[in-house]
Amino acid sequence: MRPLECKIQSSGWDSPQQFKVAGLADFASGHYHLERMLLDLRSHDAALASDNFRSLPWAGFLVEHPKDAPPGRPWLSLDVVGTSVGQGDVLEIQPRISKAALRYRRGGNGNVLFATERCNSYCVMCSQPPRQVEDDWRVAQLCSLTELIDKDEISLAISGGEPTLLGTGLNRVIETCAKTLPDTAIHVLSNGRRFADADYARTFIDLHPSLSWGVPLYGSHYGLHDYVVQSAGAFAETMRGLYALNAARQRIEIRVVLLRPVVEELKRLSEYLYRNLPFVEHIALMGLEPTGFARAHHKDVWMDPKDMAPVLLDSVEYLARRGLNVSLYNLPLCALPQSLWPYAKRSISDWKQRYLPACQTCSVRNKCAGVFAWVTAEWTSRAISPIKEGMEA
Amino acid sequence: MKFQPRQAFAGNTSYQLLPLRFRRLPWDRERVFVSSMSGEWLITSHDDLTRVVEGQIVPDEALFAELQAKHLLMADQKRSTLAPILSQYRTRKSYLEHGPSLHIFVVSLRCHHTCAYCQVSRQPQANSGYDMPANASLKAVERLFEWPSKTLTVEFQGGEPLLHFGRIRALVEAIEKRNKYENRDIQFVIASTLHDLTDEQLAFMKGHRFQLSTSLDGPEWLHNANRPRPERDSYRRTLEGIERGRKVLGEHAVSALTTLTKRSLEAPEAIVEEYKKQGFHSIFLRPLSPYGFALKTANRNGYPIEDFLRFYAAALDHILAMNRSGYVMEEIYAGLLLSQLLSPFSHGYVDLRSPTGAGLGAVVYDYDGKVYPSDEARMLAAMGDHSFVLGHVDQPISEWLNSPAMAQILQAGVAEALPTCADCAYVSMCGADPVDHYARQHDVIGHRPSSDFCRKQMGMFDHLLERWDKSSLIEKRILESWALRVASRAPQAEAA
Repeated sequence: MRPLECKIQSSGWDSPQQFKVAGLADFASGHYHLERMLLDLRSHDAALASDNFRSLPWAGFLVEHPKDAPPGRPWLSLDVVGTSVGQGDVLEIQPRISKAALRYRRGGNGNVLFATERCNSYCVMCSQPPRQVEDDWRVAQLCSLTELIDKDEISLAISGGEPTLLGTGLNRVIETCAKTLPDTAIHVLSNGRRFADADYARTFIDLHPSLSWGVPLYGSHYGLHDYVVQSAGAFAETMRGLYALNAARQRIEIRVVLLRPVVEELKRLSEYLYRNLPFVEHIALMGLEPTGFARAHHKDVWMDPKDMAPVLLDSVEYLARRGLNVSLYNLPLCALPQSLWPYAKRSISDWKQRYLPACQTCSVRNKCAGVFAWVTAEWTSRAISPIKEGMEA
Repeated sequence: MKFQPRQAFAGNTSYQLLPLRFRRLPWDRERVFVSSMSGEWLITSHDDLTRVVEGQIVPDEALFAELQAKHLLMADQKRSTLAPILSQYRTRKSYLEHGPSLHIFVVSLRCHHTCAYCQVSRQPQANSGYDMPANASLKAVERLFEWPSKTLTVEFQGGEPLLHFGRIRALVEAIEKRNKYENRDIQFVIASTLHDLTDEQLAFMKGHRFQLSTSLDGPEWLHNANRPRPERDSYRRTLEGIERGRKVLGEHAVSALTTLTKRSLEAPEAIVEEYKKQGFHSIFLRPLSPYGFALKTANRNGYPIEDFLRFYAAALDHILAMNRSGYVMEEIYAGLLLSQLLSPFSHGYVDLRSPTGAGLGAVVYDYDGKVYPSDEARMLAAMGDHSFVLGHVDQPISEWLNSPAMAQILQAGVAEALPTCADCAYVSMCGADPVDHYARQHDVIGHRPSSDFCRKQMGMFDHLLERWDKSSLIEKRILESWALRVASRAPQAEAA
């Protein structure tokens, strides 16, 4: 569900710190400095219990009870919520307010480097409403965090807010990833507007071996796009930005959130994408996340996925026939015609995804995106019903 | 911050037109085809177009958004961008980026046929004075690698190139030797009747990724009438060649072209059926070129372009019916033109480009070491008109490009800047052919209202657009699949 935050007890620190929760394998890998690892003593693993092992210069110890820690060394214990924290995860502790937050979950499919709370758009359905705060300090924090992330992590997103508002700070984060995580795919979610300055786009050439950008486009003309992002001139900036990114040899995904007014013009947008941006490597048509600003605009933005079926069919087939790689995100299978199932991905990050009671007997549940954890009745498709065995093709 | 309603983002809605061209639909005079400078288009009523031009349409109309999305008008300048037009234009013209990739080597003018319409001015079989000699061929290989293109198609032509196979073998070996450090992507093609194709020749071709391109004019009676040999066995020998070629090189390595004479125009269905009978899945229906022997025998073999268009319509009906009944058959010329209507991409076809493909997309190395910008230019020279000789294989390519011939081609080589073409709604999808106009009208710029090239192009575009406009979804899918196949082969713009 929510990214984990929990209450802590601790001793030995008074400023915020990031630590990797370590077991024997993490120690043996040699990837991480001992000084940045918390040895996980909750397992009562005999191998970890030897005095010699404990006397290494660990940052501290993750314990169930303070008495489990070696005398005089820093220690941390988590409340009951924290029992899901496992070895390999990265915790950020704030000793003064007795809190810890999970910054990285080993094996999770939705790990995000949160770049900034600021944004230059103000989308009507924003799930992460921006705040105008000075948070450039995140650059250093993220660079430090990447050192603690598993080297074999498959993918990480960099999101916000609008990450490009960090300016060259974003370059620093990505450059650091190139050093610490060269094998990890880095996907930056950006509105692309700052790349209207082609010089800025060029600074990302060859920055990381596997870097790509997810850029939203909501319409084939400024009237619709600028309305959705609530910013006059944004459409022109994003389009110029997309060409600048392509010229800078960047890999691009187009993300289209399926708001009612966007769906109403989706076919034209599909044609526009083929004619104007045929170089993009992926197009994601995405169901709405019913949180943040979306909740205040239910009437304007909500459309039951069931009612999108004809236009989704038409648009997806149009794009796929032209060799464009298209996926459907965040839409439950029962709301889609079966011919679209191959395009539907289990796209919702595990920590905020769930199924509904009706899904219990569904035979395709394990292939289905399910719903966002915070879905309510008014955001639920009337098509939700279990698919019976044998009904699927 | 307060959220604003959609109207708040309409901006300044008094609009300006972007460059557009239109054409009344010949089959429905109330409607018009409207196209942008980079080849986006829509069909709308003439009345609506009038309102658009007079500044009367409003943002609430669906047409307003469509015109904006297709870059036919621009509303608020501060909120709009022309970047997509630039990108589309660059993509459309991406064949310009790397210089000529089609290189035709005429290894011999000798031929064992005596076709009345021959475009090539062939010579009798025994006359080895018309073979490409070794020194000229090696110079040609040097020149070939002076061009920058990463992909090269080397096509061997004649005459009948198989009559001088030793030269082909030597050329291929020289090219591959040099390519060891050039690392170009090279495809060899041989344009031949495939008569007398030997096992040894085939074995060599198999070792060097050859494609075979032959001529099949239709059923036996038609093919033999078009391609006379004393033994009257041209059809049988070509079929044997096709069969042997497929066996050794694979089904897809053999393709066939159709030459359409006056006789052919009576037999559209029979020609298409013959292609199916021989297992082909594509056919290329192109009218006669006015060169070579064809010009001298025009009265006997030639025909008005209207007759060709009638033939083409009947053939296309038959091809579409064949596809609907489950046999895949693609008409190449339709695929090329439809790719320009239905996709943003360019194509590899050199005869339909603007700027022209002559010298910019293709180069011909003749048997005697002379170099031409196109096959048509070579044929003019064979008839005594040397206007389009670029130079000789002894000279570097920069001298060819600086030749008076090239200057003459270039000044008439951009369709968008030619009289009449400049105002044509199809121009962004069409090409310029200065050599053709010179051959037919004795002027590289030419006079469109009386130009057969233009009548053919207009006729084809009108015809295909009318079909598209009227066709069922199934038929649209068939036509679209031809276009998308061409588009998927197109060189894509590296960067926008």
